[in-house]
Amino acid sequence: MTGLRSTTLALAVAAATALSAGAAWAQDTLRIGTEGAYPPFNMVDENGNLHGFDIDIANALCAQMERECTFVIQDWDGIIPGLLAGKYDAVIASMSVTEERKQAVDFTDKYWTNKLQFIAPKSVDLDLTPEGMAGTSVGAQRATISAQWVEENMPDVDVKLYDTQENAYLDLGTGRIDAVIADKLVNYEWLESDAGADFEFKGEPVYENDLIAIALRKGNEDLLADFNAALTAIRENGTYAEINAKYFPFDIY
Amino acid sequence: MNIDVMIAALPKLLEGAWLSLQLLFISGFFGLMIAVPLSIARSSPRLAVKALPYAYIFFFRGTPLLVQLFLVYYGLSQFAFVRESPILWPVLKEPYWCAIITFSLHTGGYIAEILRGAIQAVPVGEVEAARALGMRRSTTLARIVLPRAARIALPAYGNELILMLKGSALASTVTLLDLTGMARTIIARNYMPVETFLMAGVIYMTITFVLVRGLRFIEHRTSAHMRGRPTGPDTAPPESIA
Amino acid sequence: MPDLSGFEHQLLLGLWMTIRLALTALAIGLVLGLAGAAAMAAPVAPLRWLARAYTTIIRGIPELLVVLLIYFGSSVLLMRLARPLGYTGYIELSPFVAGAVALALTFGGYASEVFRGAFQAVPVGQAEAAQALGMGRIAIFFRIVLPQAWRIALPGLGNLFLVLMKDTALVSVIGLEEIMRKAQFATGATKEPFTFYLAAAVLYLGLTIVSMSLLAWMERRANRGMPRARAS
Repeated sequence: MTGLRSTTLALAVAAATALSAGAAWAQDTLRIGTEGAYPPFNMVDENGNLHGFDIDIANALCAQMERECTFVIQDWDGIIPGLLAGKYDAVIASMSVTEERKQAVDFTDKYWTNKLQFIAPKSVDLDLTPEGMAGTSVGAQRATISAQWVEENMPDVDVKLYDTQENAYLDLGTGRIDAVIADKLVNYEWLESDAGADFEFKGEPVYENDLIAIALRKGNEDLLADFNAALTAIRENGTYAEINAKYFPFDIY
Repeated sequence: MNIDVMIAALPKLLEGAWLSLQLLFISGFFGLMIAVPLSIARSSPRLAVKALPYAYIFFFRGTPLLVQLFLVYYGLSQFAFVRESPILWPVLKEPYWCAIITFSLHTGGYIAEILRGAIQAVPVGEVEAARALGMRRSTTLARIVLPRAARIALPAYGNELILMLKGSALASTVTLLDLTGMARTIIARNYMPVETFLMAGVIYMTITFVLVRGLRFIEHRTSAHMRGRPTGPDTAPPESIA
Repeated sequence: MPDLSGFEHQLLLGLWMTIRLALTALAIGLVLGLAGAAAMAAPVAPLRWLARAYTTIIRGIPELLVVLLIYFGSSVLLMRLARPLGYTGYIELSPFVAGAVALALTFGGYASEVFRGAFQAVPVGQAEAAQALGMGRIAIFFRIVLPQAWRIALPGLGNLFLVLMKDTALVSVIGLEEIMRKAQFATGATKEPFTFYLAAAVLYLGLTIVSMSLLAWMERRANRGMPRARAS
């Protein structure tokens, strides 16, 4: 492995090797990695059960593909390493498609579209320009596109990185940070809760090309095709719209 | 193993190491300040005096550092009076100070126990001699007991500093970009956990090595009276017996 | 009993996971510690260097980093190691196994020093006497040397176990649902971090108290028949 220059390539090769050997059992049970700390998309209730939009979509896709699925809960910053290492076969955890990630993994077609938007206390006016935000502290989850966006577009902002989105909201709630940037729908859910009552969306979404898809190890062509076919099927037969309506009063595709 | 990745990560990791060192030395200092009165009270024969330091030491040694850190960082902000206090909140708002407060309280508990052992190890005859010379109790404590205990406790204090360096990695769980936090942030971009964590490990090892050497030097310097005096210019000083 | 909003059951499940993790890591760690001590006393120099390097590295690297490295790095590393041996399948460690191995590595690194000191403290004459009586080498080790070394090592190992038990909290960072992780879930749902982290602290204190009493009992047992050093 030492001679390879491209770092992500090295890992992808290791993963592909793992995959070819793993193909024999892969036919039996499909293991899906998710985070379990990202309401309303994937979360764990007080009985330890996973639920949320991602979980419902995953179950619908598995039913469509006639495959048995099990879920593996994995912390966000290890979710791609976990996929590459073969701890599970697919990541259905509301992951954004990015160029950097594409070098390490393959993505299916999108299953929803994410927009990033700031939230902050109602009592505060935010000037959402790089100059206007200079010196404020903004919370984001570690290893997310939100974290990357604010680091790249607002260099003078003090970015605080959290292990879970929940912890970022906890700190926004106490006033430890001035604003949170996260997926619009995730923020929407929190604003609807009791804890989010004094907070609101600020400005327009800052980023709208954020496609959310299922991540697979590279070279897993059959599984990729199966997932895409199943996605098209549940879009057409109304299953998707049903799940969408369960969580949001508007279409998020 | 990809050496390019390791070298590319180095500047950011060193930046993180600087924060780790700050956390270590500032909390190492405050921990000592907390430990001195605690250990004196803990050594008291009176139950009323030693009960509180006993409970303090028991709590901080009996629970994980991670729990203590989350109690201070996330826990305290649950209370409105903390968030509204003009004195507490500006400090507790900052993850940097939360980490330093937690690490100081934590290491203070451990150092207090080390100092207590050291105070008890001071030969009773020396205290009696000081008293016989007419020294008051407080003078005896300040001039005889504490300096002697400090020398006895030094190696154990050094160990505790190294344990605290390792404990400081938990700062990464409260948004701080210390050496471990920086490594985790880099891995979020390069997906190379083995190389990045190993590089961080090498930096931790280097800091430990320098600390051990530095402490050994101080131990050597403070034990001059216990070493034999060289008899001539050709005679190498004998090894420390401490 | 404070109001834990229905999360009591989850916290107890976390407690059970913590206990299982600690005991598993202890079992592996004791083996590693014995192996390390044996390697330190080995007549082969490279073995001694290896053992020395192992304890030095473990002493110098944060436990959290060991946990993260084992978890995220293990699959990649194990597969790289296994491929030259002809095994091309894939290898994975669950958070439980990765956590147990990481904590065992830490425990073993410190325990090998404890064991080394304990074996050195058993007088050579004892083994020689047993040999003179015609006992075999294995019998001497298990019936003469090990029981005495165990008595000497026990307090040190006990301390290491108390450290190990607190370090189990670090495995929450890689997602194992032990006490801390369960408390974190509860915190997200209730917005009462102080309540739940204090509850977690109480559980760890309970574990510490129980372990300390068990260790005291084991030390008394191991020391039965030994003359007391102090009159009191």
